Amino acid sequence: MGKVNNNVPLEYSTEENNLKIFGFWVFLGAEIMLFGTLFASYFTLSGRTGNGPTGAEIFEITPVLLETFILLASSFTIGLAIHAMRLGSKKATMSFMIITLLLGAAFLSVEIYEFMHYAHIGAGITVSAFTSILLTTLGTHGLHVTFGLLWGTFLVIQIAKRGLTSVTAGKTFIFSLYWHFLDVVWIFIFSFVYLKGMM
Amino acid sequence: MKEFFAQFAIPHPSLLIYIAMASMIIGGIALVAIVTYFKLWGYLWREWITTVDHKKIGIMYLLTALLMLFRGGVDAMMLRMQLAVPDNSFLDAQHYNEVFTTHGVVMILFMAMPFITFFFNYLVPLQIGARDVAFPRLNAISFWLFFMGMGLFNLSFVIGGSPDAGWTSYFPLASNEFSTSVGTNYYMISLQIAGLGTLITGINFITTIMKMRAPGMTLFKMPMFTWSALIANLIIVFAFPVLTVALAMGTLDRLFGTQFFTMDNGGMDMLWANLFWVWGHPEVYILILPAFGLFSEIITTFARRNLYGYNSMVWSMLMISVFSFAVWTHHFFTMGQGALTNSIFSITTMAIAIPTGVKIFNWILTLYKGKIVITTPMLYALHFLPLFTLGGVTGVMLAMSAADYQYHNTMFLVAHFHNVIIPGVVYAMLGGLTFYWPKMFGFMLNEKIGKATVWVMSTGFLLAFMPMYITGLDGQARRMYTYSESTGFSLLNMVSFIGAGLMTVSFLMLVWNIWYSFKNSSRDISSDPWDARGLEWATHTPVPVYNFAIVPNLEKGSPEAFWDAKKNGVELFKGKIEDIHMPNNSGQPFIMSIFFFIAGFAMVFSMWPMAIFGLIGVLATMAVRSLEDDHGYHIHAHEVEETEKSYDKGGAK
Ligand code: HEM
Ligand SMILES: [Cu+2]
Repeated sequence: MGKVNNNVPLEYSTEENNLKIFGFWVFLGAEIMLFGTLFASYFTLSGRTGNGPTGAEIFEITPVLLETFILLASSFTIGLAIHAMRLGSKKATMSFMIITLLLGAAFLSVEIYEFMHYAHIGAGITVSAFTSILLTTLGTHGLHVTFGLLWGTFLVIQIAKRGLTSVTAGKTFIFSLYWHFLDVVWIFIFSFVYLKGMM
Repeated sequence: MKEFFAQFAIPHPSLLIYIAMASMIIGGIALVAIVTYFKLWGYLWREWITTVDHKKIGIMYLLTALLMLFRGGVDAMMLRMQLAVPDNSFLDAQHYNEVFTTHGVVMILFMAMPFITFFFNYLVPLQIGARDVAFPRLNAISFWLFFMGMGLFNLSFVIGGSPDAGWTSYFPLASNEFSTSVGTNYYMISLQIAGLGTLITGINFITTIMKMRAPGMTLFKMPMFTWSALIANLIIVFAFPVLTVALAMGTLDRLFGTQFFTMDNGGMDMLWANLFWVWGHPEVYILILPAFGLFSEIITTFARRNLYGYNSMVWSMLMISVFSFAVWTHHFFTMGQGALTNSIFSITTMAIAIPTGVKIFNWILTLYKGKIVITTPMLYALHFLPLFTLGGVTGVMLAMSAADYQYHNTMFLVAHFHNVIIPGVVYAMLGGLTFYWPKMFGFMLNEKIGKATVWVMSTGFLLAFMPMYITGLDGQARRMYTYSESTGFSLLNMVSFIGAGLMTVSFLMLVWNIWYSFKNSSRDISSDPWDARGLEWATHTPVPVYNFAIVPNLEKGSPEAFWDAKKNGVELFKGKIEDIHMPNNSGQPFIMSIFFFIAGFAMVFSMWPMAIFGLIGVLATMAVRSLEDDHGYHIHAHEVEETEKSYDKGGAK
């Protein structure tokens, strides 16, 4: 453990945490490239539907809106969790974390429903280049959310066991960055995949 | 049951493969026997497999790179042997395809990449005066992921069949229809695993360099190799995710029947080519920039002069890194885009030669009026300058899209990229290795053998690759397993074969040199045997675990901090020795990577239960890590003082 600086928020108080937060931003840079590549491929392939359906034919606004609201709400609650953490309230931090994770799980359930629906109506991943890239892009985001759920669960366990220390605070802060990032990606998906596809 | 085992058989067996298989098995058994006999398992586990020390991880990268240099070299000799005479039947078409594919992948991803990563690991913390990298545990994960990817790729050769669609693995050739064995699955999945390790390396070193420099070392006081490492790692972080996506799509196409790169249902084979080169071109700069960094260190040391044009050197590298993302189309000028697109990419490609040229002039001007000392590392650098320039010039020829219709996919192209990669990357690696050898192992490599090696290597290189420029212009296509007598290519191909043989001799001389020097070289050398300039020479030989007893202070230093200290009396180490915090060793990176390997192997053969088991294992090790509470340990000041006293030979003066 390096020196502890008490003039900054807990998550920035040690040298180690500073490094981790910086490193995570770099990682998010890589993630931007990853999703950027998926989006570029999506734009390239979205018109190439072969014998399969087009986006306008399969997209439904209700589940998509539901997913969007749930995920936006979870971004708000993770923000509240960090706020609570800065105020030093372990209980509030944990509560908001748990709400965030529940919202994440709800998002995922709707997405799984959506995927099953696509498979059902003949828009499975193997149908055309369009369905392949659509479901791969959505699926990559969905896998990130799934991973986030596992990660978040382990964080809640640690906060429960160890309280808000510089270590758990650092991890929670990094988790919140990840979660906000997934929200941003979703907004892009919502605008450029769904809305554009439905128009 | 029988079917289950049949899938692991080699689809195109030959005597050569069986011999190789047998020697691999015997070699493996011998290795296990030796380790067991000398009771080395515990030592291996404690000192190497679980290590998080950047120096040891570096050395493991080095060993892997040398091993792969050997494997890729054998592949290369087989290719040249097949082409040595017309209508040869040493390899058939299928085997030739497999060999050029594995040669390319092994040399670029499993030889050159770990070689530069070895230098990142070994040198960067020393050059910036740090105790380790930012995330030592992640660093071990990087290595083991890379290592498992390497292992998985090499396994293809004995289990299930090698990939055969070229290192570029273009679709539709790489699709199930035309590449029927599991070889291309191996390609997709092993590169994915190794690539993940490389991405983590990128994140780790950017953080290390941006955040852990010694006090007073501003960005523009960084040694040139560290600059090149920073920029190469930035390119890694931005380029490798593109490869990740491309490989994932390729895997989905092959294993799950998606339609990304297919010929109907909307699939687009050119998307692969685009994605591949959006990663692939930056990749060649990931390789060459650290090589440039090493040459800068070597040339300044042996010209006994500061680097000419330090700032222009940095800016040209930054320019190259940006431009490297804007030229990828030059790899398929002939594949269907219009004249406008081709012209634009011609121009960007030629533009990238400008910053490269700036660097060449900087080195030449560093040499000019320098007191040049010809040592083995310097000899590599002096051979690099003209030979690499030649490769750059032929690159500019290829960059002219209209002319490229003549050169593309001929031996001319093959000559170009070997001409930049061998004198550029390989010479830097070997020169750098010779240069830093005493720092790592405490004795010098023999200079006589070393210099002879360089001369043999360059002679071999010229004989092997200059003829290809000519046969290429005359129309000899690349990746063709044979040609007829009437083409008139016979003589020049024979010359190439002889050249390749000479290069093999030079690599054997290197091995001989290591052995000879290990036996005969004096162990009584100072920590600065070359009279060098960078901070990495300011610590002891061999380097203690904590690198520097006192963190150096560069408020008054320059990029050549050690030189300042020696010649101008700048004091680098102020203050007194304190307790040093160090990270604990851990077996988790290795175990997690084993699970990656299991999952990867299972996916190659679509064995889903096993693949899921592997992935659960990966997640489980992550969970263990998440819950773990590891604070590292301290080396107490008095222990550090004792260690420092044991270096009676001097060290930092
Ligand atoms: C002056 C700088 C350079 C220029 C203008 C240049 C230009 C080109 C062009 C136009 C091609 C494609 C030709 C074709 O396919 O017909 C090419 C291929 C290639 N270059 Fe360069 N190049 C340069 C430097 C480098 C460097 C420094 C490296 C590596 C360290 C490199 C490695 C390669 C490789 C590996 C290929 C071909 C790979 C393949 O198709 O399998 N080049 N280069
Ligand atoms: Cu290129």
